Amino acid sequence: MSLAQHLPALQVVLPLISAPLAVLLRRGGLAFVIVTSAAWTAFAIAITLWLQVDTGGTISYHIGNWEPPWGIEYRIDRLNSFVLVLVSGMAAVVLPYSRASIEREIPRESHYLFYAMLGLCFTGLLGITITGDAFNLFVFLEISSLSTYVLIALGRDRRALTASYQYLIMGSIGATFIVIAIGFLYLMTGTLNLADMANNLSAIKSTRPVLVALAFFTVGVSLKAALFPLHQWLPNAYTYAPSAVTALLAATATKVSLYALIRFYFTIFGDSLVFDKLPLPEIMLLLSLFAMFVANFVAIFQTNLKRLFAYSSVGQIGYITLGLSFDSVHGLAASIMHLFNHGIAKGGIFLLVGGIVATLTTRQGIPPAPTFERLAGLAKQMPITCFGIVIGGLSLIGVPGTAGFISKWYLILAAMEKGQWWLVGAILLSSLLAIAYVWRFVEVAYFRAQPVDQVSRGEASLSLLIPAWLLITATIWFGFDTSFTVGSALDAAHQLMRSAR
Amino acid sequence: MSNDLVLRVIGRLLIPFILLFALYVQFHGDFGPGGGFQAGVIIAAGLIFFALTHGVNTVRKVVPDWLVETMVASGVLIYAGVGLAGLLFGGNYLDYFVLDHNPVHGQHRGIFWVEVGVATTVSGVMLKIYYMFASRSGLED
Repeated sequence: MSLAQHLPALQVVLPLISAPLAVLLRRGGLAFVIVTSAAWTAFAIAITLWLQVDTGGTISYHIGNWEPPWGIEYRIDRLNSFVLVLVSGMAAVVLPYSRASIEREIPRESHYLFYAMLGLCFTGLLGITITGDAFNLFVFLEISSLSTYVLIALGRDRRALTASYQYLIMGSIGATFIVIAIGFLYLMTGTLNLADMANNLSAIKSTRPVLVALAFFTVGVSLKAALFPLHQWLPNAYTYAPSAVTALLAATATKVSLYALIRFYFTIFGDSLVFDKLPLPEIMLLLSLFAMFVANFVAIFQTNLKRLFAYSSVGQIGYITLGLSFDSVHGLAASIMHLFNHGIAKGGIFLLVGGIVATLTTRQGIPPAPTFERLAGLAKQMPITCFGIVIGGLSLIGVPGTAGFISKWYLILAAMEKGQWWLVGAILLSSLLAIAYVWRFVEVAYFRAQPVDQVSRGEASLSLLIPAWLLITATIWFGFDTSFTVGSALDAAHQLMRSAR
Repeated sequence: MSNDLVLRVIGRLLIPFILLFALYVQFHGDFGPGGGFQAGVIIAAGLIFFALTHGVNTVRKVVPDWLVETMVASGVLIYAGVGLAGLLFGGNYLDYFVLDHNPVHGQHRGIFWVEVGVATTVSGVMLKIYYMFASRSGLED
């Protein structure tokens, strides 16, 4: 028996097992060790799988040794091997961070439950990404969603409960829509295997149930991915959740939903249905533009730093769907790249903001909101944290030398390929809005005088700074060395476009 | 309700049979309607019936909180463990064929333990939910 051939199953199973183990051990410290080592192992497995796909092509793993159309298949191609690296990598960075971060945010006696939930959350996200079975995808979606609701509700602010409840309602509607879509597809094709479904669908593409399935799926996933105007749950959820949770969600949860959207559009429905027969590209283009402008504009006027970056996330999702609407290799590649590049930048920013919240918190007190009046003159006290947020912000703007520039460059390239010059202008204009909200932070932290009555605070502890800076460094790294991100994204886009035609 | 003598006596009489019926549903799941989920619910229902007639704290003595939490977690572990056993015997994850020399028996063995895991977790979760609601202030008896 060689372990290497079972890596696709272990990718999901090891984090899954870590969660009940954490509950059984009932000790925060031990649970932390178990779940963190599961996360790092999952990260190692994801990288190995990426290398295997890179050299050997698509991997197919048959759960329970049942042949694919009947049994559940785990299918790893260019696209999901790349997303797996993002999800497991973020989990591996956020977990070591969470130990110091939840110290003051979550009562000590429920620490082990927090780790169990975190384990389940990224189990679900990895599962959605890796599976080649429609119903299995729904099950993992539920695992990740349910654990996410709990994680958000664990925030000390009482508003975390309403935020979580709001997300619960919206998320359940989204999940219901997705399962209705899967039901219709199953009805029409008699299979749940995604590849098999795609084959059977080619003859009955324009029938009404398939169109209904497409509509339900699009709306359902857009809810989960917080695509404008279905983003209402996101700002509250990101603002009131514990800092570590916010970072993990911002970097992975919406990204995985977008992955599912790409997977269904290109692998199953095929772009002749999605993009040629229906006005979907126009709708998506319009919504993306709304997200880019409205959400970024709203972000400028926020007074809470966490909420500001939450709205910025809604805006950045607009760029990802904008790339999809082009229906070209470069547009798709830009979307896939931006999943990754925005994930690491926003993850890093939220980890640093979590560091600010931790230093603002007095022992056993309720963590105060990082509002701008509390942050005045912060750069003198926490220079490393503030500098990190600025670099992350530069990546959100898309300044050359950061990862955000690379994805925006490909987005502009795709727009120019289509000859839509006004879109190039729109992308640049919306980046100006990003400059405005990042500048608000710079202005408050660097140029405003510190309130006189404020007690002097030090820099955040190293256990909070190191994981955050790991991601910020990655943002710069992937701004220069693009062989991994651009290479994977272009390969994935080529593969998807081939299968879609 | 906990002071109703008739209910208390009938409850005590019925609960062993409810639990026995749960076991029947559990083990007959391979051949007919039933299985781990239903059996888990019936076990929990029997205990919740006991709680309704005799008070939550009496049941807490029989099935303490730590046991409930252990049940919730260990059921999942049993299920995942069956999958890993498939790996150890040289098959794929959740491969029941390799669990016995005879593949059909292997399937039986695999599904049996999976159902045990499901029953454990389901009854644990049902009890946990009940305990949490019952121990909220104002509802305590």
